This record gives sequence, structure tokens and C-alpha cells, in this order.
Amino acid sequence: MDSSAILSELQDIFRDVLDQPDLVLTPKSNASTVEDWDSLAHINLVTAVEKRYKIKFALGELQDLKNVGDMADLIQTKLA
Amino acid sequence: MEPKGPNRLEHGILGPMSDTEVPLLSTFALEDILMKRKGLKRRLSARPHLRPVRIAILGGATTNEVADLLELYLIESGFLPTLHQAEYGRFYVDAVHSPEALIAFAPDIVYLHTSVRDIQAFPPINATEADLTQYLEAELQRYRQIWTSLGEKLNCTIIQNNFEPPVEAVLGNLDASLPGGHTRFVNELNRAFATSATNKLLINDVASIAARVGLDRWFDAERWFSYKLHTTPEGSNALALSLAAIVRGIYGKTRKVLVLDLDNTVWGGVIGDDGVDKIAIGRETPLAEAYTAFQEYCLSLRNRGILLAVCSKNNEEIARQGFEHPDSVLKLEHISCFKANWDPKHQNIEAIARELNLGADSFVFVDDNPAERAIVEAQVAGIAVPNIGNEVSHYARIIEAGRYFEQTSFSKEDIERAALYQENSQRAAFESKFADYGEYLDSLEMTAEIARFKPLYLDRITQLTNKTNQFNLTTRRYAQHEIEAAAINPDAIGIYGKLTDRFGDNGLISIVLGQKQGTELDIELWLMSCRVLKRDMEQAMLDELVRHAQAIGITALRGTYIPTKKNGMVADHYDKLGFNPVSETEDGVKTYLFDLHEYAPRNTHIRLLDATEL
Repeated sequence: MDSSAILSELQDIFRDVLDQPDLVLTPKSNASTVEDWDSLAHINLVTAVEKRYKIKFALGELQDLKNVGDMADLIQTKLA
Repeated sequence: MEPKGPNRLEHGILGPMSDTEVPLLSTFALEDILMKRKGLKRRLSARPHLRPVRIAILGGATTNEVADLLELYLIESGFLPTLHQAEYGRFYVDAVHSPEALIAFAPDIVYLHTSVRDIQAFPPINATEADLTQYLEAELQRYRQIWTSLGEKLNCTIIQNNFEPPVEAVLGNLDASLPGGHTRFVNELNRAFATSATNKLLINDVASIAARVGLDRWFDAERWFSYKLHTTPEGSNALALSLAAIVRGIYGKTRKVLVLDLDNTVWGGVIGDDGVDKIAIGRETPLAEAYTAFQEYCLSLRNRGILLAVCSKNNEEIARQGFEHPDSVLKLEHISCFKANWDPKHQNIEAIARELNLGADSFVFVDDNPAERAIVEAQVAGIAVPNIGNEVSHYARIIEAGRYFEQTSFSKEDIERAALYQENSQRAAFESKFADYGEYLDSLEMTAEIARFKPLYLDRITQLTNKTNQFNLTTRRYAQHEIEAAAINPDAIGIYGKLTDRFGDNGLISIVLGQKQGTELDIELWLMSCRVLKRDMEQAMLDELVRHAQAIGITALRGTYIPTKKNGMVADHYDKLGFNPVSETEDGVKTYLFDLHEYAPRNTHIRLLDATEL
């Protein structure tokens, strides 16, 4: 699966978790541009992503990510 | 990669859901609940008559995940929760030194979401027994202060977690026995918590809950270091389910009656067909042992005050014989209400509720047949219908997981309750989800394959003729070669019926065999498995029989009913289908005739596979 396909699935996950059916994610989206993406929502989002792709993020792996595009890339690496 | 869940979510078991109609959370995968929690909460909250409850959660760790799930389960249980979550790690301070926020919130319940990670000081590894006592006392003192303070300042019930075992056992097995072992320390603390429990201080038995989930699946180091969550999502979910059960217990929303199906639920086999001697119960086979174990589980529920009722599609007299089986753990005296007949089960459950004078929303219905579970769940408001599957060895575990019978205290009356209930007065009629029975049948999405005997099925057809006793008009037995002969005899019409529904394939379940005699077809055999009773399969079989009969110039059907001890349920089979009675012998053998001249097909609820699909 390529990074843009993952990004589109991430959009679905974010829409569900944040209960924002019209949310649009771009690769540049991050916690400051997405409404309600606070530290508690972050836990829920990470948990949902881990469950969806059956992957685990290692300690510190998420800290360096700048935006959703980076997250999609990281997921792609883990799935490869 | 494709997740299993979302489809089920969008189209719950009875089709797309409206805003107020949310399928049971227990039918969702945890990942779906976690992902769709906000939307689910919105939908569940729209239901009427929710009971407000205020719960303060004081945590030694991040409480949000448990709080979110608890909120969802409470709403599903009919509560409207308002939650207050204290600052992370401040449970002691908030309860003892600065309770202003708590007092202002005025909770009905305070939940202390603590874990083994909140233990302040474990004894050193070389501790003596005396040291251990001191360390225990110090640790317990904190919790006693919390409980006392909350009790004095608030009028609330306290739910206190006990402790799961430590993840690491530094001393190995000695960790549980030496005074310096952390496992030993936790076990001692839990014992002290147990003796402190009252009806205002309830212990949430995390030690057991974590053990059931499995400690390695309970704790996730990444989550702890990253988010100070001391449970995995599975652990949080198990905690939330337990807490919701305790809250239901506090408010008396505990279920009181276990309603049991019989065949393949409390014993193996079909008693009406196999006979009481052949049902699986006792110690002779692994299967029999498993049914015995399940009966023992049911009896242990009764012994703690849960009423047992029977709701079975069966001949009552034959059904009762099952409980007279010498190996049956359950006896008739244990059953507070016994309904064995051929009426739809939701009607019988309605009758049980009336007789026991209890709401069916306090019932748990246990049946191995998914179609029965579905109609009862849809028709009886508030009843719990766990998906027990069809493996008896799992029934008890699945029922237990529902936490239906949680109580916050246990009295002598509870033990005696089962004896207290007497038959009682009428109760208001139940609301029905389906407008009529036909709508229910349509919801089953049934498809039938009805065709002439074919070699592939001759074994199964022969077998059915020899073991079907209840829905069997003539109870004639056939050897394999006789069935083979009928299959190729141009003057014989033998048809079989297979039925699938949205729950799966019921297999080959009906057979009709007739012999051409001039322009009449003499129906010498008509049988069906009781598993598919009241599905209109008889109508579909008749349609096909008539079609094949007319194709070889037959103008009338001749039906015969030969009564036996077991086939009373089909005594009026031909009457119901509109056959005209012709004669009746002293032995009760009845014959009928049925004119085909103006026959119009009857089946409207079952889709038939056409020739190209066979």
C-alpha cells in the first residue's frame, strides 16, 4: 500500500475517532491544524492506528513526526 | 488487512442503524468501539429514560480510556453518566487534602483507578515478616485515609481497585512467599482490601480481571512510558465492563433469571428424536461431561439466587424426561418456570415473565440456535441474549463475561429467592420489534434448495428417515437401497430440502417421498428437522412437491398421518396445509386428500434456488 492510500485510510480513522465526518487530512496536517487533536485524542488516534494496521509504534518513534504525511510514511515502512 | 468490524457497524444485525437504534456493544470488536466511540456515544445517548449517575474517577494513572469506555457501557445499561476525572496521579491528595473539587461535583460514586504502580513503598528484598507487616500497614494507611475522608465528606459509594500482580517477579517463585517479594506484598494487600470491603466500599477485583485477560496482555510498557496508561486497550475494556457491572449492581439493575433452551444447550442431542437414553449428559464422553459441567454452572447460579426457567421447542412431556435422566444435574425442582411447546420463543418468554412476575429485562436467554437468539433479542425488550455459539464447553465462560448477575452484597434472601417465586398475575404485553411474524421470517433471508433426490445426498436422506421422530408424519424407516430405488423410480417423487439463512447453513432438513398411483400421489413420508420449525419450509416443500407431481400428470395428493408417542406435533399438519380429511382408523391413523386443480404456490418468505443454481 502506498503512502497516499494510507493517508486516505488515516482520514477515515481520524474522522471516526474525532467524530468529525467532514474532516479532510493532507500530508501537512498536524495537531495544531486539526481541531480537537489534543493529547488525549492523540492516545486514541495512536491506539486506533495500531489496531487498524496491527502494528506497534516503538518508544519515541512518534515524537519525531511532524505531520500526518510522516505518520503515513512510518506506517508504510512498518507494513513493508 | 481489511478489518472485520466496520461492516458490521454500518449494517448491524438488523440492517442499517438509525440514530437511536444501536446494536449491542457486545457484538462489536473492541477496535471498532475504540474508533467509533464518539459516534456510538451520541447514538446511545439519544435513547429515552436514561438514569443520571455522577461518577468521580481518581487515578494514579491516565484515566481517560477507562472512563470513555465506562461511559459507553453505562449508557448502554440505561444510565446517563456524568464523569469527573481528577488530575493524573493525585488520587490521594484529592481525596484527603484538597477535596473541594470532589465535594463540588457531589458524586454518587467515587472510583479509585489505582494499580500496582501506585504502591509507594515495597518492603526491601531482605525484609523480615515484621518488616512486611510495617510496610503493609503504611500502605494500607493511605487507602484507609482515602476511604475515611471520602466517607466523611461525600455521600457516595466507593469502588476501589485491588492490585494486579507485578509484571516482574524479581525473586521468581519466591516472590510470592518471601516477606520481601513484591508478589507476596500485593497478595497481602489484596487480602486486607477484601476484609475492608463493605456495601459502601466495593472492591473491583482487578487481580482476577487481569488474570483472565492475561498479565502480558494487560500491561503494555510503551503505553505506560508514553501515556502513563497502565492497561492495554483490552485491559481498559475489561476494567470498564467490570465497573459498569458494579454500577448496575449498585442500582439494582442485576439480572435475575436464566432462561434455558434444552436440546444442545443443557444436554447434547435432540431429546424428541434421539430419546432420553441417547442425549449427551453424564460422564461417559467428553461431550457429555461438558454438558454436565454447564448444568453444574447453571445450578451454582440457582444456588446463589438466580432463577432458572426453561424455554424450549419440544413436546413438554418428552422435554421433562431430560431432567429425570439419572445423570442430569438439573432437576425439575430447580426450574422455576417450564415452557416446552411449539410456540415462538418470545411468546413463551413473555409468559414466563408473567408467571414469575418479573420483567423480561431481568432475563438472560441462553440458546445454541442463532435464529432463536435473534428473534428473542429483537422481540423482547431489554432481555440479554449472549452469543454463546454452539460449543457447550464455552457457554459458561461467555455468560460469565457478560457480568449479568453482579451484586454488591449477598444476603440470605438471595439464596432463598429461588424458592420464593410463585406463579403470578398478568403483565402488560410486550412491544414487538417486527410488525408480524412474516416480517421476522423475511429478516432471516432464507434460501432453500429443494430438488429431487440425488446421489450426493442419499446417505443423509436415509439417515434422516431413521432418526427423525417428531416432525415425521409416518415414521417409516428406510434402508439405503430403498432410498436409492426411490431416487430412480419414475413413479416415485422424492424431494429433499436444504435451508440456509443469514446465520448459516442448516443443511438438509426436510424430505418428502410420494408414490404415483394413477392420478394420485400417495405421500408415504414427510419429515423435517425441528431446527427449522415455523419457517414456512413446509409450504415451500409443498409447492415443489405439487410442481413435480403436476409434471407427471398427478391431480391429487394423498396424505397419511400415523400417530406415535413422539410425533404429536404434526397431528394437524395436513389440516393446516388445507388437505381434506378422508378417514380415520381406531388407531388414529388419518388419511387426507388434496386436490391440485387450482393450486397456487404459497411460499413467500423463502427464496428458492433455481435450476441453474443447483
